[in-house]
Amino acid sequence: MKKSKRGCPTPPVWATLLLRMFCDAYLINELEDDLNQLFEERVRAAGVRRARWRYIQDVLSLMRPALLRSKSNHYPNPSHTDMLQNYIKVAFRNLVKNRTYSFINIFGLSIGMTTAILVGLWIWDELSYNKYHKHYDRIARVMQHQTYNGVTNTTVATPLPMRTALQNDHGSDFTYIVSSSWTRDYVLAFGEKKISRKGNCVEPDFPMMMSLKMLRGTAADFSNTTSALLSESVAKALFGSGDPLNKIIRVDNKKHFKVAGVYEDLPHSTEFRDASILLPWKFFLEEEPWVKRSETNWGNNSFLLLAQIAADKSFEQINAKIKNIKARHAKEEARFDPQAFLHPMSSWHLYSEWENGRPVRGRIQYVWLFGLIGAFVMLLACINFMNLATARSQKRAKEVGVRKVVGSVRSQLVTQFFSESILMASMAAIIALFLVQISLPLFNQIADKQILFPWHSLKSWLLGVGFTFLIGLLAGSYPALYLSGFRPVKVLKGTFRAGRFAALPRQALVVVQFTVSITLVIGTVIVLRQIRHAKDRPVGFDRAGLLSIAINTADLQDHSRALLQELEYTGVAINAGKSSSPTSEVWSSDASFSWPGKDPNQPGDLGTVGVTHGYGKTVGWQLKQGRDFSTNFSTDNLGMVINESAAKFMGLKNAIGTKIDWNNEQYTIIGMISDVITGSPFMPIQPTVFMLKEDWAAFIHIRLNPSLDARQALARLEAIFKKYNPGSPFEYSFASQEYDLKFSTEERIGTLSTIFSSLAIFISCLGLFGLTLFFAEQRQKEISIRKVLGASVGSLWQMLSKDFLMLVVIACVIAIPVAFTIMRDWLEQYAYRTNLSWWIFVTTFLGALLVTMLTVSFQALRASLLNPVKTLREQ
Amino acid sequence: MKGTYLGEFEEIVLLAVAIRTGDSYGATIVNEIEQQMGRTVSLGSVHTALHRLQEKGLVKSEFGGVTGERGGRSKRLYVVTALGRRSLEEIRQIRNQMWDTIPKIAWS
Repeated sequence: MKKSKRGCPTPPVWATLLLRMFCDAYLINELEDDLNQLFEERVRAAGVRRARWRYIQDVLSLMRPALLRSKSNHYPNPSHTDMLQNYIKVAFRNLVKNRTYSFINIFGLSIGMTTAILVGLWIWDELSYNKYHKHYDRIARVMQHQTYNGVTNTTVATPLPMRTALQNDHGSDFTYIVSSSWTRDYVLAFGEKKISRKGNCVEPDFPMMMSLKMLRGTAADFSNTTSALLSESVAKALFGSGDPLNKIIRVDNKKHFKVAGVYEDLPHSTEFRDASILLPWKFFLEEEPWVKRSETNWGNNSFLLLAQIAADKSFEQINAKIKNIKARHAKEEARFDPQAFLHPMSSWHLYSEWENGRPVRGRIQYVWLFGLIGAFVMLLACINFMNLATARSQKRAKEVGVRKVVGSVRSQLVTQFFSESILMASMAAIIALFLVQISLPLFNQIADKQILFPWHSLKSWLLGVGFTFLIGLLAGSYPALYLSGFRPVKVLKGTFRAGRFAALPRQALVVVQFTVSITLVIGTVIVLRQIRHAKDRPVGFDRAGLLSIAINTADLQDHSRALLQELEYTGVAINAGKSSSPTSEVWSSDASFSWPGKDPNQPGDLGTVGVTHGYGKTVGWQLKQGRDFSTNFSTDNLGMVINESAAKFMGLKNAIGTKIDWNNEQYTIIGMISDVITGSPFMPIQPTVFMLKEDWAAFIHIRLNPSLDARQALARLEAIFKKYNPGSPFEYSFASQEYDLKFSTEERIGTLSTIFSSLAIFISCLGLFGLTLFFAEQRQKEISIRKVLGASVGSLWQMLSKDFLMLVVIACVIAIPVAFTIMRDWLEQYAYRTNLSWWIFVTTFLGALLVTMLTVSFQALRASLLNPVKTLREQ
Repeated sequence: MKGTYLGEFEEIVLLAVAIRTGDSYGATIVNEIEQQMGRTVSLGSVHTALHRLQEKGLVKSEFGGVTGERGGRSKRLYVVTALGRRSLEEIRQIRNQMWDTIPKIAWS
C-alpha cells in the first residue's frame, strides 16, 4: 500500500495525470478538489484500497465528451501574435502621442529609403546594361593598344583586314565575327515620307549575334545585299500601321532597299540602342570608296569589329592567341607594338577607359560613388531614428519597468522594440514607394535613364520587404538592446540615471551624420565649381545664332555652293561656311606635318580641319595674328590658319609666314586664332590647323541674321534647303546646344550630388531638430526655474545650443581633410581644373554652423521665451 | 419539451443540490445521493448531470467563500434556480396527482 511520507494515503498519481491530460483546464481544479475530498472521506469510511478503487472509477467516469477539453476560451492562452498585437497597439499610441517625433522619424526614414531605392534602381540599371542580348557573356569587341612615341593608346577602332585574319587564323574560336560601321544618321524615304534615323551597316550575322527579336520577317533574309532591317519604331514612323515587309525604301536618296524584317526596339540600356536601321555591310563598302580601299590596309584603324566566341572558349584563351595578330600580318605596323584583345560586352559600359594600356576608372567609379552616397543617406536616416529613440528612452523607461514587473522577459521587450521599429520602417517604406513613383520621371531625366519601377517582379518585392526589415532591425537595434536592459526597480523608484556617458553614443552618431553631410556638401561645391570653371573658359567662337547642318546627301554636296550664296543673298544668314568637323570638335588628325626647327623625334601630330573662305567669319573666331583666308589671294589654297596651341606646340615665336610641309606640299601660315575649345572642355586644347579644303566639307555652318527672330529665320532657311536638298528632312543643330552637351556627364554628377547632399543635410538637420526639441522639452522646468532666478534668454539659448554646435565643429574638423583628399583625387583626372581654395572649406564650415544654429535656435529660443509661470504652475 | 425534460438521475441530482443548499458541490452531492439512496454513484455522472442542468438553466454556479479545507481556494457552489425549483415542484405535483388518481382497488 502506497503511503506518502506523512503517512497519509494518496490517490493513484497516474489517474490524476490522466485527468489533467484530458479535462478542460477550467474544470480541473474543481474536479480534483471533489476527487480528493471524496478520497479522504472514503479512506476513513471504507479503507484505502476501496477509496483508491473508487478514485480510479471516478476519474474514468469523468472522461466524457461534456467534460473533455472543449471550451478552451475560458482562460485565454496568449500566443506570440497576441503580444504582437499589443506591441503594435502600443506602438501606434506612441506614434500618435508624439506626433512630431513620429513625423521626423518616418519622414526622414522615407526620404532616406527613397534615395536608397532610386540609387539602387540606378545601380541595377547600370549593372544590367546590355544584358538584353542573349549571348551577352560571349560577345566582345576587338580592341587594340598601340604605342606612339611612348604613349599607349587604346581604341575600339580596328583595321578591316583584322576581320579576315581572325576568320582565317582562329575561325574555330568564334561563333560569329561581324564588322560594323559606326552608328550614323541615314535619310530614309518611303513615297513622300522622309525621316532621318540612326543606323549601322553590318554583316548578316549581326541580328543572330545580338539576338534581335524579329517581329516580322526573318533575320536570314538580311543576308541579301539589297535588304534592310528596321526597328519597330522606324517601321511605325515610315509605314504607320501598314505592312512594312518587302516594301522598298530609299536610303540617303540614292540606293533602294527591300525591308526584310522588323525587330523589336533595343532597350535604352544597350550599347546599340541608337541603331534603329540595319543596312548591309556591302552598302558601306560600295558607298564609301575609302572603305573599299581599306580592305587590305592594316594602317587604317577605323572600323568596329564584333565577335561572339565559341561556347567552349574563354576570352583569356583567345586574347593570348590574337594578341600579336596585327604585327604578324603587317610588318610595317609592328613599330607601334599593336596588341589586339577582346573587350567583353559585360565590361563595355562600366570598364571602358584605358590609360597607357591599363584599364582605369571608367564609369564604374560612379556606380561606387552613388552607391556609397545612397548608403550614407540611408545611414543618416537610421541614425536619426536611433538617436530619437534613445533620447526618449527615459520616457519609455517607465513603461519598460512596468512591463518587466508584470512579467515581461527581456526577449519580449526586445521583440517589442523591434516590432515598433519595423512598423515605422514599413510605414516609411510605403511612403517611400509613393515618393519613388513621383520622383522617378524627374530622376530618369536627370540621370538620362529609362528606369521603370519593377512592380511585377517578385524578386524586387522580396528584396524590398527584406530591405525594410533590415532597416527596421538596424534602426531599432540600439533602443531595443539598450532600453530592454533597464532595471525595473531603479527605473520605477525614479533613481534611474542615464549616466555621464550615456549621451556619448548619441553624440558620436550626430558627429557621423554631420561629417558625412559636410563631406558631401564640400564635394558638391567643388564639382559645381569645376563645371563653372570649365564653362567660364573662353570658348574661342561665338555660339549665338550659329547652327550647323550635316551634309548627308549628294544633293546637298553638289548644291552647297549655290545654297550658301542664296542664304547670304536673301539675308537669312549673315555668314555661311563649310567645314569638315563640327564647330567644337576636331574629327581628324595627321602625324606627318613638319616645320622648320622640328625635332625629328617629335611627332608632328596636328588636328586637321578643312574649311571654306566664309568659315572663320561664320563661327566668329578671334584672330590673334595675321589674317583670315581671303578670296583675294589665290595663294591661300596653300595657306594655313593655326590655333594658339598649335603655335605653342610647334614652338613658333612668330608663326606668320612659317612654311609647313605636309603631303608633299608646302603650306604657309597666314593667321593665328585664339584657341577654340574642341573635345572635352576639361582637357587641353588640341593643336589644330585649318586649311582651305572644300572637298572635305561635311558640315554647313550658318550664322542667322540677328535682326530676324529665330523661328522666322528657320522657316525661311527650311524653304531654301528644301529647294536644294529635296530628298531629305531639314535637320539642324545649334552650336550652343552642341557645346552644352559636352558638360552633360559632369552636370549630371553635379545635379545628382547637389540633390543628395541637400538631402543629407536636410535629414541631419531634421534629426538635430528632433533632438533639440526633446531636450528643450525635457529641461523645460529647469529653464523656467533658471528664468525665474534671472537667467537671460541669451544665456538659456547658449546653454541649449552649445553642445550641438560643438558636435558640428568636431564633424567639420573630421570632414574637411577627408573631403580635401577625395576631391583632390577627383580633380586629378581633369587637365583643366579649378583649384581647391581654402575659402570653400571655410564657407562650408560657416554654412554648417549657421544651418545648425538656425535649426537648434528655433527650439532653444522657443523654450527660453516660454512664460515660466505656465510650465511651473502644474505642480 | 425536450429542453425542460428532466431525466430520473438529473432529478435526483437537482434534489441533492437543493438539499445541500449553501454547500453543494461535486463531492457533497455524491455523498448526499449515496446516503439517501444507498447506492454508489460516480463523480463523472454527477458532474455530467450538473453540466446538463446548468445548460438547461435549472441550476447555476457561483464561487463560494474561501475555506481552509481546500488550501484557500474558492470553490464552485451550485444553487437551484427559480426555474429548477418550479420544475421540481411540477414533477412532484404530477406524481401526487397520479398517486391521487390510483383507485383504492388497486392495492387490495
